Amino acid sequence: MSESLTFHFDVDGEDFTSAGQASVQVKKNLRRLGISPEIIRQVSIAMYEGEINMVIHAGGGKADVVVSEDKIEIILVDKGPGIADIDLAMQEGFSTATDSVRSLGFGAGMGLPNMKRYTDEMTIDSVVGEGTTIKMVVNL
Amino acid sequence: MKIGTIRDLLEATVICGEDMLEKEVHSACGSDMMSDVLAYVKDQAVLLTGLVNSQVIRTAEMMDMVCLVFVRGKKPTQEMIELAADSGMAILATDMRLYEACGKLYVNGLVGNGRKV
Repeated sequence: MSESLTFHFDVDGEDFTSAGQASVQVKKNLRRLGISPEIIRQVSIAMYEGEINMVIHAGGGKADVVVSEDKIEIILVDKGPGIADIDLAMQEGFSTATDSVRSLGFGAGMGLPNMKRYTDEMTIDSVVGEGTTIKMVVNL
Repeated sequence: MKIGTIRDLLEATVICGEDMLEKEVHSACGSDMMSDVLAYVKDQAVLLTGLVNSQVIRTAEMMDMVCLVFVRGKKPTQEMIELAADSGMAILATDMRLYEACGKLYVNGLVGNGRKV
């Protein structure tokens, strides 16, 4: 694969039930490309957590997955409230999610740490009141 | 352990995946927090949970699990059943509580994260 391949998704922020559809699709696409199961799992879990975050906190957003020869990049962009203290948000167990989100099985404060755990690089650019861009890289 | 044995031990109903009862699985986990499943689980084939929504199926799919067990008499929705069937997952349902269901499987040899019974 000499050229990169991009998959683009619009993540609907209205519907918690459909959250994760993009990640499921990415998983299928990567499987078709013959990527190893362990890498596929890393990418799809990181993206799934990101997708859930966009739905819970930011009213949706956009996701791009770029597959190139030596890495897979996941870029998540939202126009949500932004993250005031990124170091705090990265701590396991810290969450601003509501009880209703928690009753759905999320909001344990594991989303961002999980995204970091499953990827080789992760950067967060966030401006309060404007939105958040998260870039993750999984090396092949 | 075969998925059919899990059904028998938990006195469970098979909601979908009747054709998977002969499939062997080697480890399991139990949780109602999907974030914890995504954080701590590695190579588990079975998820036992009392949480009922579509994200349970998606979480299991992300983790490459093959069998879901709903505890405490919880029943999945039609949409969840279709999602699971699409992903090639079996769904069982039991009236047992999470602790009891996990315990029954554990003492019968179905291990957790890297620990032997």
